[in-house]
Amino acid sequence: MMEWSLDHFLVRALMGGLLIAVTAAPIGCFIVWRRMAYFGETLSHSALLGLALGFLLGIQPVLGVLAVGVAAGGVLIAMQRRRQLATDTLLGIIAHGSLALGLVVLSSQETLRIDLFAYLFGDILTVGKQDLAVIALGSLVSLGVLLFLWRPLLLMTISEELAAVEGVNRTLVTLLFTFLVALTVALSMKAVGILLVTSLLIIPSAAARKLSRTPEMMVVGAVIFAALSICGGLGAGLLWDLAAGPSIVVVATALFAVTYLVPGRV
Amino acid sequence: MSALITCEGVSVRFANEAVLEQVNLTVSEGEVVTLIGPNGSGKTTLIHVLMGLLKPNLGSVWRAPDLHIGYVPQKLAVDYTMPLSVARFLSLGSGTAKKFTDVVHTVGIEKLLNRQIHHVSGGEMQRILLARALLKQPSLMVLDEPAQGVDFQGQSELYHLIGEIKNAWNCAVLMVSHDLHFVMSATDRVICLNHHVCCSGQPESVALHPEYQRLFGSSKHNFAIYNHHHDHHHDLHGNVIGPKP
Repeated sequence: MMEWSLDHFLVRALMGGLLIAVTAAPIGCFIVWRRMAYFGETLSHSALLGLALGFLLGIQPVLGVLAVGVAAGGVLIAMQRRRQLATDTLLGIIAHGSLALGLVVLSSQETLRIDLFAYLFGDILTVGKQDLAVIALGSLVSLGVLLFLWRPLLLMTISEELAAVEGVNRTLVTLLFTFLVALTVALSMKAVGILLVTSLLIIPSAAARKLSRTPEMMVVGAVIFAALSICGGLGAGLLWDLAAGPSIVVVATALFAVTYLVPGRV
Repeated sequence: MSALITCEGVSVRFANEAVLEQVNLTVSEGEVVTLIGPNGSGKTTLIHVLMGLLKPNLGSVWRAPDLHIGYVPQKLAVDYTMPLSVARFLSLGSGTAKKFTDVVHTVGIEKLLNRQIHHVSGGEMQRILLARALLKQPSLMVLDEPAQGVDFQGQSELYHLIGEIKNAWNCAVLMVSHDLHFVMSATDRVICLNHHVCCSGQPESVALHPEYQRLFGSSKHNFAIYNHHHDHHHDLHGNVIGPKP
């Protein structure tokens, strides 16, 4: 019989994973609605640079990732305003420029020994008490900001013009949303790794789309699918000794396939 | 009749191209003002300036302190990735439950409430947008080509509905329209815009104005539908110049 205490690695993994699921799913819905999947991808690529800077400066890796993510988002917004290149081109430049820079910085540190594999594909089974505290705090901040942002962000997603007429401060909302995506990437990294972060954002939301009639229903559905993916991925990982992060994404994809293929109302 | 919104000497340039030049416009309480003009003449830009979405390069805009604007955009394309029922879309605005029932009844969209917003027709969507604007209890309704993408019969009904709303809810209306023949009878004042104000005044006088005829032609069928009885004449500026003999 397993002890349900924070001293057990599986309890920490499960709690961390579920907190990440609840945080990532609503942000993921907005990413799906606003067609920003590649934006999420870009912030997760930039995360490696954040990690590198975190080690270099001796700060929490999560803070480094968050800072670089917000900076990348800010650079994107500034470049979009100049209207010279399309957004997907800009995202490609920022994503790969920052990924390459991150690798260069990491490789220049001869004394630095980090488990790159763990950051690329996640290592949720090694979540410690301090990690769990960071994830819990981050989730609380994220959900709080989202609650405050919910109506204006939803309105802006439906129509920028209507939102502007109704007095929504679009710049503020856009910046806060960028912050939320960066925060989610920084938190989710532990569960599924830099390369798979976007999947945790968009796949549960996509799975919930067909079963929903309102935006709120889709968010609840996405949270449920994300939580099921975490549980399923952890379970499969333990049972068959598989990598937990990729297993989570495989379960999410399978859930999506089921809702997508089963005929039913839209 | 006090002014609700006024702009003076408004000029807007986009990348060195003058979109608006020295435009003056006032909309007062209870008035229906229609903006007409060719494509790209700056109509939408002007209403964006009036609503405060865009700062003009020159000139000033004044809005009454308690002005509530109900805005009906040209079109609304909700991304199909977002599930959204008509009822949820309307409840994202403001207004009490009683108000909600009133508005839904006025624009006749009771049967649409449970429908997904991606599955309504062009005419239905315009009614939904009208309802959303009305929920704000506007003192001014701003409509940007409300009948775009609506069939002929639907257009006539829609303009009729706008007229009814104006009377029942006692608000002023500022609309952009290409369909002068539809809006003529319901409009107090027409402003013909082509980057600058070409001419303005009561509908008949604008239709006879040489600038208007240069832009839109003087085709007789333009006059067919809006003909109505008047007991006075206007000069070219829309001033009343005495009763009909």
